[in-house]
Amino acid sequence: MTSSLDIFLNAISTGVVLGSIYASIALGLAITFGILHIPNVAHPALVIVGAYFVYLVGQWGISPIPAALIGLPVFYVLGMALYSFYSRTFERKGQANVLQSLTLFFGLSLVIEIAIALFFGSELKSVDADYVGSSLILGPITMPYRLLVPALFAPIMISALWLYFNRTHSGTAIRAVAHDDRALSISGINPTWIKRHAFGIATATAVVGGAALIIMGPVEPFAGRFQIGRVFAIVVLAGMGSIPGTLVVAIMIGIAESFVSAYLTPSWSPGVAFAILLLALGLRPQGLFGAAR
Amino acid sequence: MTTALSLRNIEKSFGVFKALGPVDLDLNPNERLGIIGPNGAGKTTLINCITGVLKPDNGTVHFMGKDISHLLPHERARLGIARSFQIPRPFIGMSVLENLLVPLDYKHNVHNKEQRALELLQSVGLHTRAQDPSGSLSQLELRKLELARALASDPKVLIADEAMAGLSDTEIDEVLDILMKLNESGVAIIMIEHIMHAVMRFSQRVVCFDTGQLIAAGTANEIANNETVQKVYFGEQTHH
Amino acid sequence: MKRNNLIFALGAILILLAGFFAPSIVTNPFYFFAGYVIVQYIVIATGWNVLGGYAGYINFGAAAFFGSGVYLSAFLFNAFGLPLWVGIIGAAALGAILGLAMGYLTLQIQGVYFAIATLGLVIVLETIVHNLPGLGGARGMAVYGPAPPEWSGGPVQYVFFVILIIAVACVALARWIEHSWVGRGLRAVRASEDAAECSGVPTLKLKLVACSISGAMLAAAGAPYPFYTNFVEPVTAFSLLIGLNAIAMPLIGGTRSWAGPIIGAIILASAQQIATVTISSELNILFVGVVLIAFVALAPNGLLGLAKRKSAGTAQ
Repeated sequence: MTSSLDIFLNAISTGVVLGSIYASIALGLAITFGILHIPNVAHPALVIVGAYFVYLVGQWGISPIPAALIGLPVFYVLGMALYSFYSRTFERKGQANVLQSLTLFFGLSLVIEIAIALFFGSELKSVDADYVGSSLILGPITMPYRLLVPALFAPIMISALWLYFNRTHSGTAIRAVAHDDRALSISGINPTWIKRHAFGIATATAVVGGAALIIMGPVEPFAGRFQIGRVFAIVVLAGMGSIPGTLVVAIMIGIAESFVSAYLTPSWSPGVAFAILLLALGLRPQGLFGAAR
Repeated sequence: MTTALSLRNIEKSFGVFKALGPVDLDLNPNERLGIIGPNGAGKTTLINCITGVLKPDNGTVHFMGKDISHLLPHERARLGIARSFQIPRPFIGMSVLENLLVPLDYKHNVHNKEQRALELLQSVGLHTRAQDPSGSLSQLELRKLELARALASDPKVLIADEAMAGLSDTEIDEVLDILMKLNESGVAIIMIEHIMHAVMRFSQRVVCFDTGQLIAAGTANEIANNETVQKVYFGEQTHH
Repeated sequence: MKRNNLIFALGAILILLAGFFAPSIVTNPFYFFAGYVIVQYIVIATGWNVLGGYAGYINFGAAAFFGSGVYLSAFLFNAFGLPLWVGIIGAAALGAILGLAMGYLTLQIQGVYFAIATLGLVIVLETIVHNLPGLGGARGMAVYGPAPPEWSGGPVQYVFFVILIIAVACVALARWIEHSWVGRGLRAVRASEDAAECSGVPTLKLKLVACSISGAMLAAAGAPYPFYTNFVEPVTAFSLLIGLNAIAMPLIGGTRSWAGPIIGAIILASAQQIATVTISSELNILFVGVVLIAFVALAPNGLLGLAKRKSAGTAQ
């Protein structure tokens, strides 16, 4: 007997968990766009690459979480290579070049998606793990493990990143370069090196986000398209650069989508994040947590 | 006598940082006013509030007796407030002549825009460069273009924001010359500058800003000898 | 200036005449099928460029506008039996409103946010089309258009002529904008928005005008599509290839002039027609993506820009 309270509680819990998974996908963009101000629209595509990486490694019997850990250094290097390509293409900086770099990443995201389609085919791919298939039952709430487990990734990553950005030397340097890279270079640190390092970290989070995605459900090469609106909505609303804010906003969006799905119809939920983004841009372009520009 | 510009109670904060205010300032018609003050004193913020690029948190701006506090920047520009930017912003991708056609597009009493543009270029000495891309100009030429473009809208008030930064002495004299001739034709000019000898030579009246407040006002001579101004620029003087 | 206008008008009339008499000379309908796609992309590229090239505001969601035009036109015919020209006007109006709304919501902040918002727009519109009753949902809907008029020589010849008229009209409008004070104001906005505003340019108004006109053209490009394929469904109407081509074609041809999108559209669309026949459609997208990246990185002013640089020689 499912009462309306049951539906409500399940909608909220699903929303929280879904939001946490979205946060793990958005985290890399919070770093590149929020802190470095590089509009990396290819990030969702990189998350899909991460998902396929986990799938590929899974073919050799390695379960998703260890696969993601193996992927961390691989994707870190990939991120550094991407940044080098990007910075070499755009030596000078300026308003026009922000839009040019957007176009560059847009083209890149398409090339990545097509490359995946050509390499792996367009059918859905999924992974196996012991916990996938069963659920945790807490009173009226039923929580499938395939949602619960990936939902834990984001809080862990965010805590690790928060410690890193606030307690370590290089982490603080990353925050500094966002504010003033000339001052940073005067103090002896190479801003390009720091930015490349930050981009590497951001891309490393993509493999974790990808693992979360593929544990949650099967993926196909173009699944990144559906995440773009959500991911940017999260980063912009969290107020560029607020890493913990990313989780809070992501959960809010997750709950909103979950409610639309439960009480209206699931087919409207892809539009929710975008609608929220447009409203937020109209009302508060500096986001809920970030500093005014 | 109606003032050309009248600012009352202007205040502007960025988050917790109070950049400006409260400030009261008048500019008389045809006056040459100099604004000095250390970096970060709020001079450019003041200019942005006058031109409408920034909306002050409090206060009003009157132009020729009319309240323009709610007008958009382009509306204020068309009424007759012109400005040049600290770092020149030419319209890259357009020729020098075309740069002037842009403001002229919004002047309804001009019959031959190309002709007028050439006249303006001539008045600043840039007519030989009319067909050249604006991106190929030297520092001095860029600053002249900034001024010419500001003049195209037939302003009654011109705000020159550090129009002489980075120029040599002879180049500074050239720009001062242009500004003087302009003032003689009836335009009130606000000059924001760090180059002291230029400001002092040019201005009839000088005001000094520090940390968002107007701390001194008077003739060039009075300001030069003002102890508060000296303290702001040179720190405490231990000898007297 | 006047002489150039005369030459352009003559050229336009010649093209339209050629399109009108083509069915009597060219008997193989394949050329009309392929030609339709190329001319359709001329409209798309031209429309995109009004905002992206002239004003510098990049729209990643051209497919949203195109797809909206497709569906409105199909719906107006299926539900009310309204003729194609009503569908074209309706699509243009819808595109203009959509563009205006997008612009109004996002242009008052930085241009980056406009671009990002356009990314999400495609998904949103696709979702709406999926869910609205009467549009066929995911399965799509068939459109059995009316019999084409006698003089046209056949259904595909007819829609080809229609899209040709739309293309000539859009290019003429883009050319007028470029040479007028509107185009000059947009170029100033693209170069330095603050300086433009302080020079008397009503930047927001001009940007909104560019948004509307661009949206209208993109949607108008989609209006004849249901009568070309006789079937509409969300995946092709909102296809990512459309959004990609909308950016790549003006970029390749040159964004600063009305001729650039035409050059880029002809080159890229022809290449893709050949490619889809010979290789796979995925490789096609890959090819366009790589070309886009190459041009953004190496030749951001497109082929026209390269030509200009060559002729200017050492006088840079």
